[in-house]
Amino acid sequence: MHELSIVTSIVETVTESLNAYPGARVLEVRLRVGALASVIPESLEFCYGIASEGTPLEGSRLVVNLLPVVVHCAACGQDAELEGVQSFRCPRCGEPCSEMRQGRELEIDSIEIEDGEEKS
Amino acid sequence: MTTRIVELRRGILKKNDELAAGLRASYAAAGVLVLNLVSSPGTGKTAFLEWTLRELKARGARVAALVGDLETDNDARRLAASGAPVRQINTHGICHLDAEMIARHLDGWEGVALGGLDYLFIENVGNLVCPSSYDLGEKIRVALLSVTEGEDKPLKYPTLFNSADAAVITKIDIAEACSFDRALALKNINEIRPGIRIFETSAKTGAGMEEWLRYLEAERAK
Repeated sequence: MHELSIVTSIVETVTESLNAYPGARVLEVRLRVGALASVIPESLEFCYGIASEGTPLEGSRLVVNLLPVVVHCAACGQDAELEGVQSFRCPRCGEPCSEMRQGRELEIDSIEIEDGEEKS
Repeated sequence: MTTRIVELRRGILKKNDELAAGLRASYAAAGVLVLNLVSSPGTGKTAFLEWTLRELKARGARVAALVGDLETDNDARRLAASGAPVRQINTHGICHLDAEMIARHLDGWEGVALGGLDYLFIENVGNLVCPSSYDLGEKIRVALLSVTEGEDKPLKYPTLFNSADAAVITKIDIAEACSFDRALALKNINEIRPGIRIFETSAKTGAGMEEWLRYLEAERAK
């Protein structure tokens, strides 16, 4: 259960990035999370509510975009998306694949903010 | 009010990753082979490491260990019996070691400088989930699994086994008593991490340890 440390890091990073947008309020934070990142989206969301309290992120939505594992198959010479994380074999030819192309991501993709200064 | 999308594209653990990259560079510059040992509590990391430290030391290698636990310095005291310098890291509730903890404990470690070591072992907090997200700058991540834990452990915790460079099966001296299905365990590890080096060991009888030591020496020579 290290979701709280991860969420705390998200809140810090987003708050820092708001320095360029004084007075802005965060509406949404979008994450890219690989299937092998070993974080549970539900736990992230639960911790997010607690960690964002009293920050410019309070009340914002956390959107977790889960990315499947993509391996490179040396036999086929192509990348292939895996359906799960129980077997690292090429879905086309069945050969074991040790080269990962996607699946360990743990990134803040983008944020949606409401500007504080540009009032209409 | 206007709303806008700001692209950040930032790794959430970027601070840790940057620190780990710095550590990796300093390990390489010092010529020390650094290993990160990860397993469940009770797999036998400490017994395995006690044996490894003692034997490497007997062969004239300069070894040291950092050991992570939530509380107590019991493991550090056990490992220190090998005569190698050992430093305990108490995380006080945190479920993994991170690069900052390693950097802080390497700093000001009395009598120990990276340049004076051949091997540095980091025994992580007993946990198969969280340590896999935190790079400590190690060259080799070792996932350990004991014969008492069930052959499907690699399938249940694919993140760790998939990110490991070597796998160690411990306590093989009691494999029969546990009805351990060796072929199935090896198959499961290979499903998650095809081609990984697997060592079948017993810190009690010394089985498989010679092969493990030869692997360490070869990795250090690389």
